[in-house]
Amino acid sequence: MKMKKSLVSWALVAGCTFSGAAMAAPPTPEMLSYACAGCHGTNGSSAGLSMPSLASQSKSAIVDAMKKFKSGDRPSTVMGRLAKGYSDADFDAMGNFYSKQKFHPTTQMVDAAKAKKGADLEDANCSRCHIDQGKDGKDDTPVMASQWLDYLKMQAELYDSGKRKMPKDMADKWNKLSKEDREALLHFYASQK
Amino acid sequence: MTLDRRSFIKLVGSASGLALAGCATQGPAVSAGSAADIMPKGSARRVVVVGGGYGGAIAAKYVRMLDKSIEVVMIERNDHFVSCPFSNLYIGGLIKDLDPLTIRYDKLTANHGVKVLQAEVTAVDPAAKTVVTTKGTLKYDRLIMSPGIDFRLEEMKGYDAAAMDLMPHAWKAGPQTVLLRKQLEAMKDGGTVVMSVPLAPYRCPPGPYERANMISLYLKQHKPKSKLIMLDANPDVSSKGALFKKGWKDNYANIFEYRGAKKVTEVDAKNRSVIIEGIDEVKGDVVNVIPPQRAGRIAVAAGLVGDDKNWCPVNPTTFESAKHKDIHVIGDACIAGAMPKSGYSANSEAKICAQNVVALMNGKPTTDMSGINVCYSYVTADQAISVAAVYTVKDGKIVGVPNSGGVSPIDYSQAKSEAIYAHSWLKNILTEMST
Ligand SMILES: Cc1cc2nc3c(=O)[nH]c(=O)nc-3n(C[C@H](O)[C@H](O)[C@H](O)COP(=O)(O)OP(=O)(O)OC[C@H]3O[C@@H](n4cnc5c(N)ncnc54)[C@H](O)[C@@H]3O)c2cc1C
Repeated sequence: MKMKKSLVSWALVAGCTFSGAAMAAPPTPEMLSYACAGCHGTNGSSAGLSMPSLASQSKSAIVDAMKKFKSGDRPSTVMGRLAKGYSDADFDAMGNFYSKQKFHPTTQMVDAAKAKKGADLEDANCSRCHIDQGKDGKDDTPVMASQWLDYLKMQAELYDSGKRKMPKDMADKWNKLSKEDREALLHFYASQK
Repeated sequence: MTLDRRSFIKLVGSASGLALAGCATQGPAVSAGSAADIMPKGSARRVVVVGGGYGGAIAAKYVRMLDKSIEVVMIERNDHFVSCPFSNLYIGGLIKDLDPLTIRYDKLTANHGVKVLQAEVTAVDPAAKTVVTTKGTLKYDRLIMSPGIDFRLEEMKGYDAAAMDLMPHAWKAGPQTVLLRKQLEAMKDGGTVVMSVPLAPYRCPPGPYERANMISLYLKQHKPKSKLIMLDANPDVSSKGALFKKGWKDNYANIFEYRGAKKVTEVDAKNRSVIIEGIDEVKGDVVNVIPPQRAGRIAVAAGLVGDDKNWCPVNPTTFESAKHKDIHVIGDACIAGAMPKSGYSANSEAKICAQNVVALMNGKPTTDMSGINVCYSYVTADQAISVAAVYTVKDGKIVGVPNSGGVSPIDYSQAKSEAIYAHSWLKNILTEMST
């Protein structure tokens, strides 16, 4: 009997109202940022070797990257198309969100000798901006530690081909390094956690 | 009580005009559930999630991430999930087994406290706020449904369970995917493969065309005297058209033939043939029938589909059903405006829904949606193309943000990078669903 009654009420609620739709607030930082995780991993901790972790990046690193994707200043595949869908305020919100997420340490196969050589090179060349072995993002300097080696290599290729522009301070150092030294640096950063 | 419950299910079935038999190749057919309350609800509020696929697993996880005081029970008929994304690469031979496409749920439980119930959901009672499963009934405060798709077999004469074993659809990944691959391997060089594509909307708009690429690749490499004919009910390629056509011209011109506006309405399984609008018969050595689709049949049985009787209308902010209060529908089953029926959309919708479900359950204001879709399609062994978009709500409808999104450059200049990124996309989205 109870069942029959509920069937009747099914019919009655058909076409019920959309509760809450009219009063919805603008997208929160979470609303904007969760959507990125399909490619960048939950809370920006990437499990995919060619995709960077966004977790614990500084706010300005995220905002700067998104603005450059949007303008085409930084080369990309889907990122430029996606960045055009957001405002500067959205970028700020995403930057805020990802800067608060816990650093994502990765365990990856790196060449120990290269990583060791990279440690010395890093100290002399990179550590003024990429502080704390690349674990800390200062201003718009990205967190390098624990990024996947594949991703780091793809970015280095973009720099070396001239497609991605380097900040002048970085170019002054990077351009003086040999191919082997550059690779050693990438192994070093990938190994840091 | 048991009798009442049975007659209830029967009634629900006939009320919605649903054919209950012979739709699925996975899991048991819909049968009477058990009436016993298997998980008596304590004082905690409870969200029940139906389906552990691209939408359901994410919705379950994010509700728990956002509010640990809410109990989440995810009900899935299988003890594992096989991803449709990348299953075309398996069919083409670029992936050797389905392991990298398979996830389990133990870490969703360990990391987030999602309770997983392996059972078939056979009915929903929106008034009593219960779901009936093959293992018993459960109460919910809010229900999130992400049951994916089932087939409109009434529009594909002769395509019954036996026919599916002869002419696989492979549109739900798993044994059907393996069967299609085996048939291609067994086919003689010089054979003909036939694919049929239904009218849009169906699951994964570019999916059939990506499959054509992967089958063509296999034939080109291993059976170069063979042909693939695609019979597409749509007048033209319904996604990334220019890009796909360039890919076919550059890579598969001698193998692949596309025929638009050819609607397959009937199959002759014994003859391995398909019939277009009751007239033209096309015979193949391997035939891949992708039938027309609708929301998973539990969504139909629960009275959640709209006037088209196929898909579920929802509130674009909360994904709450327009038909029943406190039930939300996400993923392929729902009508999400401009968002395509893709795994990425289902993932994005699940998070939007989870956030607003948690807000509603805590008496907080809901938040406007912001969503993303990115879909990669493989073209050759090392080239892929993509479509990407950002979504928002305007005038009560989900629309793409103007002047954003779009497809890959037509010159394929990014196709090699995109093939690499596609792999990382899969890894990340499956990791999201399973950890
Ligand atoms: C060949 C192919 C290629 C694709 N490629 C891509 C791609 O590259 N990128 C992309 O984004 N998308 C792709 N898709 C689309 C993607 O697979 C779907 O859009 C996505 O799976 C939808 O998610 P969902 O949660 O709605 O359904 P699903 O992921 O199918 O999940 C539904 C789950 O619910 C369970 N279920 C259903 N009914 C019941 C019930 N009554 N009781 C218990 N459990 C039930 C099912 O067992 C299933 O596990 C592809 C699809 C195909 C077919």
